[in-house]
Amino acid sequence: MLIKKATDIKSSEITDQRIYARRREFLKAAAALGAGAIVSGAAPAMSKSKPEPEPQAKPDWARTPIQGVVDTPYGEGLPLTEYEHVTSYNNFYEFGTGKGDPVRNAHTLKTRPWTVMVDGECEAPGEIGIEDVLSGFTQEERIYRLRCVEAWAMVVPWVGVPLGDLLKRFKPTSKAKYVAFETLVDSKQMPGQRRAVLDWPYREGLRMDEAMHPLTILATGLYGELLPNQNGAPLRLVVPWKYGFKSIKSIVRISFSETLPETTWWKLAPGEYGFYANVNPLVDHPRWSQARHRLIGEGLFTRKHETPMFNGYADQVADLYRGMDLAKFY
Amino acid sequence: MQTSAVQDNWLRFALKPLVFIACLIPFGLLLLGTLEGDLGANPLERVTDVTGQWGLRFLLLTLAVTPLRRLTGWRWPLRFRRMLGLFVFFYITLHFLTWVWLDQELSWANILADIVKRPYVTVGFTAWLLLLPLAATSTRGMMRRLGRNWQRLHRVVYAIGGLGVLHYIWLVKADLLQPLIYTGLLVLLLAVRWRPQLIKRRLSVGGLINVR
Repeated sequence: MLIKKATDIKSSEITDQRIYARRREFLKAAAALGAGAIVSGAAPAMSKSKPEPEPQAKPDWARTPIQGVVDTPYGEGLPLTEYEHVTSYNNFYEFGTGKGDPVRNAHTLKTRPWTVMVDGECEAPGEIGIEDVLSGFTQEERIYRLRCVEAWAMVVPWVGVPLGDLLKRFKPTSKAKYVAFETLVDSKQMPGQRRAVLDWPYREGLRMDEAMHPLTILATGLYGELLPNQNGAPLRLVVPWKYGFKSIKSIVRISFSETLPETTWWKLAPGEYGFYANVNPLVDHPRWSQARHRLIGEGLFTRKHETPMFNGYADQVADLYRGMDLAKFY
Repeated sequence: MQTSAVQDNWLRFALKPLVFIACLIPFGLLLLGTLEGDLGANPLERVTDVTGQWGLRFLLLTLAVTPLRRLTGWRWPLRFRRMLGLFVFFYITLHFLTWVWLDQELSWANILADIVKRPYVTVGFTAWLLLLPLAATSTRGMMRRLGRNWQRLHRVVYAIGGLGVLHYIWLVKADLLQPLIYTGLLVLLLAVRWRPQLIKRRLSVGGLINVR
């Protein structure tokens, strides 16, 4: 009888840690394959088909911490949505319309060098590079609720700079009533733009007082690190009391304007998405209720949560809309 | 073409149970995902999407049976039609229950309000209602009892198909590609049914089938 000593086992026979971690997927794939094979006898054909690329957040080695991030009291104590969900469940149509598309496709976006053109009604129009945003302003951590118009929500620890601080550098004139934003257009880097699903470039806008509000930030990162591409790298807007689609990603242009800027979803379906898009549980989207939302990361059987007015930021922002009929200006 | 007894046994005792199990795979994967808490970032969205999509897919498969028989002359696909149709009912009922229970959390006032005021819910709900009599009359006994009326009743499946794709078209935000693919397939299947000669000629010109 031959009994192998422990040292006889080659290291290659021991299951690799990464493969071990993925064992459930193997089991599932094997089950699906087995059942398919019984039915059609097509197992060889099936196994030859190209494996679906693994939807995966940035690998650890590619994640870059942001230096000198300052803590702030914003959102202290809110339970954070897991990093994995924040970075793999995204609406970013420039990389595909499925929630899992951006994390798979956004690696083609080149975020260095990156400059934002600032123009329109201001005394000092010009450009600002992403490195200047990172080094020229204090990077603050802001833990904010993010409420999507599709009735789901997350809590994200953003890193960013107050938008107002940055805008002031360009000296907006008294004619600057609004601020308009544009995302990059480049279908080579953003494959989703090969189809005219939206009227590219993606455009958003804020009223000047909304843009200057201390809650409004330009985010450079999340979880203490530079933004992953699928989250709108290298620079995106975050306006926590408005539905997520207002928080435009991968910004290349900011313009001060005297007139109300056209914004993408509002122009696509004016009956469904307004310019303001403030989170408001009392005003339904025509196709679904906005009264409650599901928190990302919670289980199938967890109950929904009541959506608070202005996504819970009413104390800070309700004054901006005093006297306005929010059912009309939704 | 008459199937022999051997072929018949093979169909009944081997192929049919296997197809039945295969049709349950999407449900099985959802169940596994639920038990493991592994349904992604938004489990409700996943379950709603998977059950709705498979309901539509089985509907298209059910509607493909007759055209397939006409184009090829094979009789065996007919033996699977009832099962496929009942799987439409199975997945769409799961889809409906997911909405009523997990999405609306059994709030009947909201459910009724949504059915009345949101068109995509209205057509989706109507499609599910129309599936009920079809599922209930799917037995051999009911076929016998209803006679010619059975076929008349079951033509409702065309309306269900139309309502199903309309439901999908009306619920997406901007990207119509997926629902339009389903719509295209539905239109194609109905066209083959109503204008079989036309399609036959096309396919035979392409060398895809031999016209008998």
